[in-house]
Amino acid sequence: MKNPIENLNKNFDSRVRLGLMSALMVNTEVSFNDLKELIQVTDGNLASHIKALEESGYIKVQKGFIGRKTNTTYSATGAGEKAFKTHLEALEEMIKSAK
Amino acid sequence: MTDQNHHLDTLQDIKQIMERSSRFISLSGLSGIAAGSCALVGAWFANDRIMAYKLETGPNFHADRGEYIFKDNGNLLFNQLFLIAAITFFAAFFLAFTFTYLRSRKTNTPIWGTTARRLMINVIVPMVTGGIFLLALIKNGVYEFTAPGCLVFYGLAVLNASKYTFSETVYLSYSLLLLGIINLWFTEYSIYFWALGFGLFHIVYGTAMWWKHER
Repeated sequence: MKNPIENLNKNFDSRVRLGLMSALMVNTEVSFNDLKELIQVTDGNLASHIKALEESGYIKVQKGFIGRKTNTTYSATGAGEKAFKTHLEALEEMIKSAK
Repeated sequence: MTDQNHHLDTLQDIKQIMERSSRFISLSGLSGIAAGSCALVGAWFANDRIMAYKLETGPNFHADRGEYIFKDNGNLLFNQLFLIAAITFFAAFFLAFTFTYLRSRKTNTPIWGTTARRLMINVIVPMVTGGIFLLALIKNGVYEFTAPGCLVFYGLAVLNASKYTFSETVYLSYSLLLLGIINLWFTEYSIYFWALGFGLFHIVYGTAMWWKHER
């Protein structure tokens, strides 16, 4: 029998990262503050998870300005969407096989 | 077994964040009930004015033509109806906003975020377009399409909104559109169609939403 865990992606192994990817799957881009609001984490915590996912090539950063204030938004890359979908399918498989 | 529950929780989390990040979910069912009640009261006053005017003018009255607007003191009737409409709109808007504001406080979500802004823009564009369109019709003496026009344009606005708030709003939208279209062929009963759509439909929708999400 195939091991269902092999498709679970280590990169998504935290509530914050799952939250990040979930939000970015359904929105073309989300700002740092909105992400913070949604996932309810501290700046530093969110930033470190964003950095990790960015390094894996799953999300990309756009730096912009609203007036003089910086406005950084994030969006999922194609690879990120694909990886997240695979991860969700693996989760689904696990739940099904456990029944 | 606990492992399975853990994964189920994870999936729940994901679903919730997807919902919350893309839709405005503070919209309260009570807002719908309040707006619908305002509409019923407004329609009652408007009907009262029209009936009174009918009695005065007798058999020459054609509710569906709107001819009465220009005859005798018909202008007065028009002004009265316009005033009733304006008061109804602001009362409904104010109450709807209040209940939604209270709900957003309760669920601890900001009332003015990305999702709220997106919802507003998508409602305002078809509403304002419809409003200008209907005012232009009225200016050219075409009164009979005011009520069905309100229903149709508002129905389209709600259809647009359904993508950015609870997806159930789509049923309200379809009912309003259907009612508005039927109304096009029965303009002499416009006030009843209007009361049904803006009054009763909102109350039914609001009650259903309140029952489902807030109880």
